[in-house]
Amino acid sequence: MASEQLEEYLESILDIEEMDGIAKTSAIAKCMKVAPASVTEALQTLADKGYVHYQPYKGATLTGLGREMARKVKRRHRLLEVFLNDVLHISQENIHDEACRMEHTLSEETECALCKMLKAPARCPHGSLIEACDRQVESCSACLDENAPDPSGTRDETLIPVTSLAPGQKAKIAFIRGDSSVVQRLTDLGLTMRTEIQFVRKAPLLGPVEIAVRKTRLAIDHAIADHIFVTASGEQAG
Amino acid sequence: MSGCGECNGCNPKPPGPGARKEYVVALAGNANVGKSATFNQLTGVDQEIGNWPGKTVERAEGLLQYRGQRIRVIDLPGIYSITALSTEEQVSREFIAHDHPDVVVNVVDASALERNLFFTLQLAELESPMILAVNQMDLAAQKGISIDFSKLSSLLGVPVIPTVAIQGKGMTELSDAIITAVGTRPSPHVVLYGREVEERIRKTMTLLHEDAGDYPARWIAIKLLEGDPDTVWETKKQAPEAVTAARAFAVELEKIHGEPAGTILSGERYHAAERMVAEVVKYRMPGLHEVSMTDRIDRLALHPVLGYLLLILTIGGLLVWTFIIGAWISGTLLGYLSLAAPVEPLITGSVTDIVFNGAWTGFVAALTLIIPYVIPFYLFLALIEDSGFLTRFSLMLDQGMHKMGLHGKAIIPLVLGFGCTVPACLSCRIIESPKQKFLAAFLVTLVPCSARTIVILGVVAAFVNIWWALALYVFDFILIVILGRIAFRVLPGESVGMIMEMPDYHVPSVPVVIGQTWQRTKSLIWIVLPSYIIGSIVITALYALGFLEPINALLSPVTVLLLGLPVMTGIVFVFGIIRKEMTILALAAIFGTTIFSTIMTPVQLIVFALVTMLYVPCISTILALVQEFGWKRALGITVLETVLAIITGALAFRALSLVM
Repeated sequence: MASEQLEEYLESILDIEEMDGIAKTSAIAKCMKVAPASVTEALQTLADKGYVHYQPYKGATLTGLGREMARKVKRRHRLLEVFLNDVLHISQENIHDEACRMEHTLSEETECALCKMLKAPARCPHGSLIEACDRQVESCSACLDENAPDPSGTRDETLIPVTSLAPGQKAKIAFIRGDSSVVQRLTDLGLTMRTEIQFVRKAPLLGPVEIAVRKTRLAIDHAIADHIFVTASGEQAG
Repeated sequence: MSGCGECNGCNPKPPGPGARKEYVVALAGNANVGKSATFNQLTGVDQEIGNWPGKTVERAEGLLQYRGQRIRVIDLPGIYSITALSTEEQVSREFIAHDHPDVVVNVVDASALERNLFFTLQLAELESPMILAVNQMDLAAQKGISIDFSKLSSLLGVPVIPTVAIQGKGMTELSDAIITAVGTRPSPHVVLYGREVEERIRKTMTLLHEDAGDYPARWIAIKLLEGDPDTVWETKKQAPEAVTAARAFAVELEKIHGEPAGTILSGERYHAAERMVAEVVKYRMPGLHEVSMTDRIDRLALHPVLGYLLLILTIGGLLVWTFIIGAWISGTLLGYLSLAAPVEPLITGSVTDIVFNGAWTGFVAALTLIIPYVIPFYLFLALIEDSGFLTRFSLMLDQGMHKMGLHGKAIIPLVLGFGCTVPACLSCRIIESPKQKFLAAFLVTLVPCSARTIVILGVVAAFVNIWWALALYVFDFILIVILGRIAFRVLPGESVGMIMEMPDYHVPSVPVVIGQTWQRTKSLIWIVLPSYIIGSIVITALYALGFLEPINALLSPVTVLLLGLPVMTGIVFVFGIIRKEMTILALAAIFGTTIFSTIMTPVQLIVFALVTMLYVPCISTILALVQEFGWKRALGITVLETVLAIITGALAFRALSLVM
């Protein structure tokens, strides 16, 4: 299977998994507009390569490796969408398909340059959150500040946006995206690197998220919270 | 730097009995730590609330008279950091550095010492004499937190006083400490940060000149490393080499840590605060408070359905309570006052009579029409505010407010606007970004205040029907949303998202609630009462001198041709500029009847109420807007709303004439 096709499958599985928990063959077929038989075949190949856990008749879930790959492609896809929309002003209905074709050929270097030029956007034009990059940085100043040295190395742990934590879940701050004023504002309130936080709840209708940090509770605007990435500790309280 | 921080207790020089000097004490601290309660306890009711010069940030000042000393107490804005990202932070740091208060009292929340000490460490860098007031000790004790005060005092190098400000506990000790401190000037210890940071602070300090201005050298060095624009700009003139060196050091630090130098230093301060807390704070019963009272109430208050239901019931209840209680007080008061002298806004006779009558009418109108409605309103609102519910409502409405370029905190001015527009405009100070502040104030002027509600109820609900009155309300809300969206796009500047601390719920404290109500009512009396009386004199005089007929004629193209109203409403609208409900009084006096359905058709009544609701904000509001935003913007809002009122009124007249 061509790598391009493989990545498309992983992206679709990630999307469906987020909605339904498990990606059924029929759902994948519908999403990718192909026959269910080809999906079964593709899932077999992906399972062989170690990207998915595939159970015939039930569906597929991503492995750690598959998830990382899918996230990477998704990030590129959404960055490209921002670029096509904000910079090139391509018409709304075409940007998704355009980005789908371009995402597979984007190099790491170009991805970084794109992210820098777009000033580390938080969301794609359709409103989906853009994942954190996997460079070893704790904030964007390492890339955006011209005086700063170029960051080297890649992260080991997987970062998740604070907004996708479950109520009661604990996590540690790992990366805050955005310009230095946002980072400074959050840091001053106690959200320094490696500080443990506990997710309390989300307000309804994409309202602010409430987190507990250093014995205080903070309500943070959803758009600001989009910039906070954490490594989950896995413990559930209460 | 700060010579003998160790021995602050050993050389007390209490000011001699002959000393007549007035001392200055500044209260500093995070928001929601009981700073205002401490301020109220220290200064009593005798306070001045104003703005910081040139800034629309609230400045409260009071006098502490204790043991024969006069001490001016300045309440600095509640802030979390002194990085000068916001005007509040700038105001605070400039005051401490330039005005050299004799003592800075840092009020901290005992339950969240770590976050509070972060701020304490920043204050300490300003090297001002300091006292730490550890407040809300009762709540901390309930949470099983105990603090070793003497150890904290020796770590920081300043006196530490435990307090429960809302109950007045620890206030004598705090006052004593202040009196002693103005003599001993206890200076906080320098808290050392990590080695690689300290090294670079020291190197930068050696490059600074001895006399570097108001700020201490260590502070300047730290701010240069953080890349603070003001400090960089100031220092460039005297020691450009220090600026260049600090920039290079910052880049080195950024290379080591992978984050901006500013956040590295914040991280260092938090580490220092963590270390202190580890030494002085003990937690009993850890984990027992997993499901606290606050959590239980939040499950209801922040529930996607029940939460909004609670919100609607509370705000609805607030308005219903206000108008039921208000109407009762107003009626009773008016009964007594009209016994003293007749309350009719228009008379003929000698000039003194006219002037007296104008003044008296204005005074009575203010006393019977504003105060009775506004006090119960503020009282109820202060209860919601102090108990912690208003913060939750802000949270629930945050997303909705985004549609108008505002965020959840703007709910406070907007709700206040239902009472009186003036304090509501002043309360827009709580919003951080200048654009959002102005936007909120603009929308506040469109919220139907108690005066406008009286007009809508008295004209439309009474003589057309209640549904048309409600329709006017709904129309107003729609208009607010639409205009908010437009203004959000048109106005320059950026909108900043909300980051807000969520305080625990607690039973409202009586002094805090009464204090809050009084502060708001007071700001109202100072602006509204004089403008009411003066305005009323001017207009009755103009009328008596026969100037109002030409005004009617002058306005008739608008009132008669565009709005389809009787020609006499021209004067009525002029009266309404003083205060919206004066329109009802004037209407009654001019036509000699209070049955308005006999003088106007239902369409005219609705158009009349609609125009009254929207045109020129009353004179007190205009003055408040001038004070907060300057003449230009105040005039802009006035003109815009008048034009808007005429256009919507003209359209409504034509549309309603077709259907009614």
